Amino acid sequence: MKLYILPLLFTDNGLLEHLSSVLSEAFKIPVSFLEESFSLEEGYDPVRNQYNSTWILSQLLSEAPKEDCKILGVTSVDLFVPVLTFVFGEAQLRGRAAVVSSYRLRDELYGLPKNPERLRERLEKEAVHELAHTFGLVHCRRPECVMHSYTYAEEIDLKSKNFCSTCSVLLDQNKGQAPA
Amino acid sequence: MNLNKNDQSISIFIVDDELSVRDSLTKWFIEDGYKADAAADAEEALKKLKPGIWDIIFLDIKLPGMDGMELQQRIKSIDPDATIIMITAYATVDTAVKSLKEGAHDYVTKPVDPDYLSHLVANVVKQRRLLSENIQLKERIQELYEIDQIVGDSPAMQKVFELIKTVAPTDTSVMIRGESGTGKELIARAIHSNSSRRFFPIITINCGGLTEGLTESEFFGHEKGAFTGALYRRKGKFEMANGGTIFLDEVGNIDAKAQTDLLRVIETKQFTRVGGDEIIEVDFRLICATNRDLELAVKEGTFREDLYYRLNVFSISIPPLRERRSDIVLLCNYFLKKLASSMNRPATGFAPEALERLKTHDWRGNVRELRNAVERAIVVAKGPTITVDDLPIPPTSKAAARDQSLEALESVHIKDVLEQMGWNITRSAEMLGIDRATLYHKIKKYGLRKQT
Repeated sequence: MKLYILPLLFTDNGLLEHLSSVLSEAFKIPVSFLEESFSLEEGYDPVRNQYNSTWILSQLLSEAPKEDCKILGVTSVDLFVPVLTFVFGEAQLRGRAAVVSSYRLRDELYGLPKNPERLRERLEKEAVHELAHTFGLVHCRRPECVMHSYTYAEEIDLKSKNFCSTCSVLLDQNKGQAPA
Repeated sequence: MNLNKNDQSISIFIVDDELSVRDSLTKWFIEDGYKADAAADAEEALKKLKPGIWDIIFLDIKLPGMDGMELQQRIKSIDPDATIIMITAYATVDTAVKSLKEGAHDYVTKPVDPDYLSHLVANVVKQRRLLSENIQLKERIQELYEIDQIVGDSPAMQKVFELIKTVAPTDTSVMIRGESGTGKELIARAIHSNSSRRFFPIITINCGGLTEGLTESEFFGHEKGAFTGALYRRKGKFEMANGGTIFLDEVGNIDAKAQTDLLRVIETKQFTRVGGDEIIEVDFRLICATNRDLELAVKEGTFREDLYYRLNVFSISIPPLRERRSDIVLLCNYFLKKLASSMNRPATGFAPEALERLKTHDWRGNVRELRNAVERAIVVAKGPTITVDDLPIPPTSKAAARDQSLEALESVHIKDVLEQMGWNITRSAEMLGIDRATLYHKIKKYGLRKQT
């Protein structure tokens, strides 16, 4: 099993490198990068001024190497699914692909000074969270578990980047099973 | 009951002709731990509907063939207990209101704010649980959770543990007093972890670090556009704490305006976001901590008396480390074990002289200072044993370092006698002029132990 990270309009290489080491450690899998190979244009909704994350997932799936792997898109654009006003990311439950966005995680959108450290922490938590969905994990009730679902950026700060003991066991179990 | 996962027994059914809506809602609910399925029209929906199968049904008002309003009536006749939530576009709000009159629980307009949707569903789940009178008895707290980070065998700390145990399961406001570095936040977390609110967050507000002008937004959040740069709505700490606990650290340091704001939200459990007029109701438990003499601040008029009484309902005082010296060895070993492996250092124990120096140091910075000292020693130590040379504290004469209180002197004297008598209790008690029961009591009180 391997993880591929595919940057999509995401230029902060330092942050990508950091994500790569965090994810490699959290899921105990090797991580490689893929070159940005498709345009997001088709997934853009001009009325909402946002990008359709479900469409991005389908593109990621077609880009994924034909091997036992997961693929994570990392983007700086604002994401949505049609029925919701926005999402921080989206994943295929028990699937191969996930996407995460840094857009709504930035403090400056909420009238606060720029905080790169906080952005880094929030992005790593959301990346771990979305990727864990591809391993079959659902949301957890424990507020400090990375699988707890929060809908506000500032609430993401409440959880840790770690799995609680139960989710940790589930992850290990699910990793041992063949992908759906 | 599976405490970890959301209410897996709750089932949600979605009827919408738009594939993307069906797919994204179904996925959202499954990720949230619910059972979910969907249908594209009334015909498919009616095939999948049987009494008692679905708890919550999301119903699009505009459907091909039989519309949502008509389907609502049919569902009501098949399963009157199902909670129906209408899905609508802005243009059809009137119809949604009509459906509410006909018994729908609520309606959502596309696209839905994710926070609103998760609260809506959580509230329905809660309501349904109460309705079915299937309220499970609240879990009894048999033991204390997550207090393993608070270390102490001394009578003073045992008393603190007792107080935590007593107050945790209640909703009473708690004030934690103690010098800087005694671990007030750990106590607050232990109280929260042992309350029924533990599956909701504990939100810390560091009252000493609030930025003037931003305090209100920090407390209550702001609406989109409330001030320059506020492009999106932000949740304040009190809103984030809904269902959980608010921990006000260094509460003695807040200014007069913030004191008034605090008092209002504590009394009413309501507030409005900055730049907004919607009244937000919150349910929180309050814990605060201070190392200041608040009684004096009240007398001097710098701290509101009414706020003081609101905060100081149940008080827990954490003793400074110098008043519980018997815990020092325990703490040193705890920090050594905890830190050495994570720092990948060889240290596994303390030389007797090093421990002696640690025991007699004054520790004005309390447990925090002790932790830092042990951490530094772990870095410096070259072998498995931490020696006096590895310690960042200078040698002091025993007399100067020793706590001069009567209790401390008594403790040292009893220990000396016990050592002298080889821990023979009867002979030691005779020499001290007390009976054996009293000596046992004092050994326990001061946490004295035979050195092996």
